[in-house]
Amino acid sequence: MGYIVESLRQLAGAEPTRPEKEKITSRAQEVHTHKKQNPFTKAEFEAIYEEHGSGGTKWRNRRWATLILVNLLFVVSYYFDIQILEGALTASRFVGFHMADLNSALQVMLAYKHLVLNLVIGTVTVFIMWVLLGGRTFCSWVCPYHLISELTEKLHLLLVRKKLVKDHSFDRRVRSLFYLVFALLALVTGYTVFETISPTGILSRALIYGPGIALVWVGVVLLFEIFYSRRAWCRYVCPIGVTYGLVGTVSPLRVKYNVRDCHHEGDCRKVCLVPHVLSMTVKGRASNHDMDIGADCTRCGMCVDVCPTDSLNFVLGMNKKSKQ
Amino acid sequence: MSDKQTTTKKKGRPALSGKRKAQARREFLRTSVMAAGVIGFSLLGFLPVVQGTSLRLRPPGAVKTTEDEKDFLSSCIKCGQCVQVCPVEAIKLADLDEGFAVGTPYIDAREQACDFSCDGLQCVLACPTGSLNHDLNFPADTRMGFARLSRPGACLAIQGKGFKGQARGSEYQGLLRYDEIDRWNPIPVREHPYDLELCDLCVRQCPIEIRITQCAEKKEQASGEKLARVAEQIGNECPPVHAIALEEVAMPNGEMRMSPVIKAGCVGCGVCEMICPPEPPAIVIDIHKITDLA
Repeated sequence: MGYIVESLRQLAGAEPTRPEKEKITSRAQEVHTHKKQNPFTKAEFEAIYEEHGSGGTKWRNRRWATLILVNLLFVVSYYFDIQILEGALTASRFVGFHMADLNSALQVMLAYKHLVLNLVIGTVTVFIMWVLLGGRTFCSWVCPYHLISELTEKLHLLLVRKKLVKDHSFDRRVRSLFYLVFALLALVTGYTVFETISPTGILSRALIYGPGIALVWVGVVLLFEIFYSRRAWCRYVCPIGVTYGLVGTVSPLRVKYNVRDCHHEGDCRKVCLVPHVLSMTVKGRASNHDMDIGADCTRCGMCVDVCPTDSLNFVLGMNKKSKQ
Repeated sequence: MSDKQTTTKKKGRPALSGKRKAQARREFLRTSVMAAGVIGFSLLGFLPVVQGTSLRLRPPGAVKTTEDEKDFLSSCIKCGQCVQVCPVEAIKLADLDEGFAVGTPYIDAREQACDFSCDGLQCVLACPTGSLNHDLNFPADTRMGFARLSRPGACLAIQGKGFKGQARGSEYQGLLRYDEIDRWNPIPVREHPYDLELCDLCVRQCPIEIRITQCAEKKEQASGEKLARVAEQIGNECPPVHAIALEEVAMPNGEMRMSPVIKAGCVGCGVCEMICPPEPPAIVIDIHKITDLA
């Protein structure tokens, strides 16, 4: 229950809760105390980095392969007329079975105010699928905008390092505002307003049906991210992420954090799209020996790849037992 | 949102230093401007819709009236499954310049009309949201628009002219199904030249008229059997009313000439507009009108 509440708070844009002293389990407190009394030496840090290297790419490679494969399957299905995955990311048919993107389906239902059986079937199928697979897993493992944005992010970080641009943060609560505003706009105007500017839908259609001027908008958003604010669309705007985040609160597929070996150097938070979900990796903040990362996490696995101490891992199932 | 921010500040956190306060204020301003920008941009999509520039010939079964396609735009999930199943690739997706209509299907009849060569209204069957209404069963149930002889002066029939050659020239990419050549596969129009003493292409290629002729032939062969059986045999309900015919019409100067006359059975598929040889065509689809058989 605590996990769901905390996930929802963070999805809404609240800062992660700092655990109160008495809420920290004795086992976690033991680790915190031990680390306080025996701080890591510089040599230890260096040794561990030497062993681990500059971070793995295992999960990134798997994720990129999946993302490209899914989007390619759409393209190939249409191009060669093999009918495996027809449609686009907003709605499709996988070997004949209806699938509907949860956020697009929601927008259509709010705007049209009728429920069509095929859409309900598609929505329920996809809902179950993403409950099993982790909710925002959609963002990092399927969304084509995520991949492009991930690549341009490297350019942004380079420019920041060279002090050519400055990264500007926004209030994360604005994403909830967008979510409400776009839901209300669909309901009140009767048009699927968000779909008009959704880079996910635009890119998916551009890949399958050919490019159009809608790509200019996607380019503008990317430029904004490169020169002004890191990953701004995914972090502060996209309602699709919120919808899947809500699904993710009840998903058993999570990234798990184990505090024992963690050196708290914060590499995981530096690579993360949503670093607030990793607040427990800050020294002294873990309230439990093992903790599940919140539902705003896109399960991209970059923290798992980068962690030099193996303290972050994918798990399936609610985390009750601790790693020995 | 600013109220929320100040209350949380008052309640819990220690007072921020002047510098932090200024930072927070700048972030709040940035956030407001960004939010206004994104929402403002998304609302620009209203313009083409209210100006009516996004109105288009839509695929069969689109839930819309001739003046308002709001239901169509709101119910369409912009996935393009209708595009994928169309055998003549008549359906295209609108771009961002059409605002809220971005990603919705339309048909440019002059480029490629819907000739119903899928027989079963595949686009309607493919639509996951009912944006193309599933109540539609047969081509004759469709109400896309209504043909109009917009430039009678250009009409070859009215001029008493025949037509010889490729209807739309040798470069034209459009496809039509010619039952007598290949029942199952549409072929390029340029590969099917005509030699007509009097041009009647709009009548000859009208999918509704073709079906009426087929039904009549079948009916003759299977005389005595019910009409429903005939429909079953053909795989298409026999259209109840003619869509277009070549008739003798009095011209403004009193002369009698042969002219295409659009009948109540026209569904607005656009094949007449597509096949009409003059450029621009003498006959077009009017999307502000549909047939009323009731």
